[in-house]
Amino acid sequence: MDNLGIVFGLLGAALATFLAGTGSAIGVGKAGVAASGVLAEDPSKFGKVLIFQLLPATQGIYGLLVAFLILSKIGVLGGDPNISATKGLLYLAASLPIAFAGLFSAIHQGNCSVAGIGTISKKPDQFGKAILLPAMVETYAILALLISMLAVFNIPGLNL
Amino acid sequence: MAVIKMQQINICALRTKRKAIMEALQRRGAVEISPLEYEGEVFAKEETSQQQALFTKSSATSSKAYEIMCRYFPEKSSMLDMFKGRDQLSADEYYKNVERTKEIMRDAANVIALDKSMSEKKADIAKYEYQIESLVPWKSLDISMRFKGTDSTAAFIGTLPEPLTYEQILLELSEQQPDLCPFELELINTTKDMTCIFALCRAEFREMLEDALKKIGYASPAVVSKYTPAERIKTLNERIDKLKNEIAEAEEEIKKYESKRDLFKFMEDYFLMRADKYSELEKLVNTKHTFFMRGYVPEKNAVALKRYLSEKFDAVVELADIPENQEIPIMLDNNPLARPVESVLETYSMPKRFEFDPTGIMAIFYYIFFGMMFSDAGYGLVMAIACGIAILKFKNMEEGLKKSVKMFFFCGVSTTFWGLMYGSFFGDAVTVIGKTFFNADWQFPALWFDPIQGTNSMTLLMFCFLFGIIHIFVGLGISGYMSIKNGKPLDAVYDVLSWYLLVGGGILALLSMDMLKSMTGFTLPPIFLTIGGICAAVGALIILLFSGRGSSPVKRFLKGIYGVYGVTSYLSDILSYSRLLALGLATGVIAQVFNQIGSMFGGGIVGAILFTIVFLIGHTLNIGINALGAYVHTNRLQFVEFFGKFYEGGGEKFAPFKIKTKHYNIKEDI
Repeated sequence: MDNLGIVFGLLGAALATFLAGTGSAIGVGKAGVAASGVLAEDPSKFGKVLIFQLLPATQGIYGLLVAFLILSKIGVLGGDPNISATKGLLYLAASLPIAFAGLFSAIHQGNCSVAGIGTISKKPDQFGKAILLPAMVETYAILALLISMLAVFNIPGLNL
Repeated sequence: MAVIKMQQINICALRTKRKAIMEALQRRGAVEISPLEYEGEVFAKEETSQQQALFTKSSATSSKAYEIMCRYFPEKSSMLDMFKGRDQLSADEYYKNVERTKEIMRDAANVIALDKSMSEKKADIAKYEYQIESLVPWKSLDISMRFKGTDSTAAFIGTLPEPLTYEQILLELSEQQPDLCPFELELINTTKDMTCIFALCRAEFREMLEDALKKIGYASPAVVSKYTPAERIKTLNERIDKLKNEIAEAEEEIKKYESKRDLFKFMEDYFLMRADKYSELEKLVNTKHTFFMRGYVPEKNAVALKRYLSEKFDAVVELADIPENQEIPIMLDNNPLARPVESVLETYSMPKRFEFDPTGIMAIFYYIFFGMMFSDAGYGLVMAIACGIAILKFKNMEEGLKKSVKMFFFCGVSTTFWGLMYGSFFGDAVTVIGKTFFNADWQFPALWFDPIQGTNSMTLLMFCFLFGIIHIFVGLGISGYMSIKNGKPLDAVYDVLSWYLLVGGGILALLSMDMLKSMTGFTLPPIFLTIGGICAAVGALIILLFSGRGSSPVKRFLKGIYGVYGVTSYLSDILSYSRLLALGLATGVIAQVFNQIGSMFGGGIVGAILFTIVFLIGHTLNIGINALGAYVHTNRLQFVEFFGKFYEGGGEKFAPFKIKTKHYNIKEDI
């Protein structure tokens, strides 16, 4: 059990990807269903509803981003894979903000996008306002991403 | 940087000139006509809904004819058409086309009638084909399928539900009715889901045999005719051939109208314009020989318009200033750099008449923040060049779209700038390509610093907060400016200066504590703690005492406490600017991820090809998703953090009576 560090690190990367990715999949899926409904009535709104559908997609990408950073820091993508169990756990901890904030914010952003799609199907000129409301939800995913990223950047420098 | 001054315009002219004046106004597009209320019996309003309906219908007719023609002569279209805008049409062509209205509309009606008859004929063909299909199994029957028997015999022509043999049918019948009468059975045809039979018995046994047959699932055929099936099929086929010929003829006929396709398109626009004109006519009041009209006109166009109308149409035109307590339709005027951002302001709300137009200040922050979030020189160049080409190539682009494209051009320039500052060009593409394919150590140096390296991210975070504080303070400053301009300088002290003191002092104090040293890397001397503390205390005191002014003492005290509590919202507002860092890093790191994936295939030609593919797909994806993110979150910072400090909005946009067409842009000079 000498290499427990890399196990924890990889677990962190996996959590960030699959939790945030799951959230985005749910959110994008919901928005996609609503978007198809609008398209059935008015295909010319494709561009607009597509943007709404894409809004909850970012959390999955943030998760991927943090996971990729962790993978490269723990040496899975080449480099030295010998990291201590403590550092491994630190990476695991660093992945948690984006994993969970990503999961839940993407689901709720998806709900919000569905409502936004409803808005522009009736009032296409209110696009600017309608798109801002789901973006509010994303704030918390961004904050989580920031903390996850700052942590991952700075863990290698810690003297442990 | 300002809301344009409007004037009221009153026009009075002879009714005979009404049409010409309305058309001139529509072409100039400078006046928003407001509905006039009338009094007394002399004035009358004109009810035009009937004419409007008529014109809308004509427009729909032409539109339909145009669509039909497009089916045979499709217009060339490409992805880039959205930038192209409407086609230009000169005055001469316009009048030539208008003279041909009757002829074109007759042709449009013809085309629609031809198309309708074609679709009816197609429906008939489908009907006949169905009949033929159900007659085919009966083809070998040499009598009419309506045959029910002679005087002394009863005949049954129909189907049984499964493919059966002669013996099976006899067996089933005898099972159902052991003492069945004598009968003659003939199998006409057997298909995979039914058996066509002909049965004959003596007339007196008709009911007995029918019962027995029905018990084993006998049904009469759906399609019958008085001729034999073979004859009937032949007639039907003849009819189908005839219809097909007629359809081909109709198609040829429609194709003769090829040259009219664009004219139908024109007519759609023409009747839309006329319908518009008539809906505006309802806003005027008329006497027997004259009419009156009132509207808003931008001051800069007013005098020229007045001269034009009075000289050309002998109209009496009167210009008047609008009283200060009255709202006016809002039109903005900004410098070329700020003008594109007007559309962002518009999605939030137009300012009111005497409100500060924040477009100019917002534009500066807008471009900076967008650039910081998109933050890649390569992406910025792609965006700026693409938008630049679009602007140069498509001269007729619609005004609204042109604004957006210009805005993204400036955003692209700013993105390039920040990319150079951060040393990001398609992520770390330069380094990766050098290492993978040329075994060289290439660098794309950062002008400022690379935020991904070491503790640079913390430094940049501090700068993001700094930009945020500046942004918020500018917002507050505008609020103060408005208060002073409205003659309430004390409001500026209570609501703006107090917050400057509290937030600014608090930040000074924080920076001189050890707590933040690890983040900022420096501390201010202790004297700043005292200064900051005093400023913050004074600010808090002002807020406590005055934010509830105008209420009863108890309520005022509670409102004061709530006002001080508002400091938390400033904290969250400032922290919100951390997205500048987060999204900037996200762009850079995702770009690096794609470069790394691309370089995994190693050097050599195969590696280079695969790298190019991954590079193109990956960076396209990244540009798409991060440009969207940067756009949305730049808007958010403006709308929530910035506008929240001072902006009210709620103005109505200036909507002049003008030519609103779908396909053609008719040039000014007509």
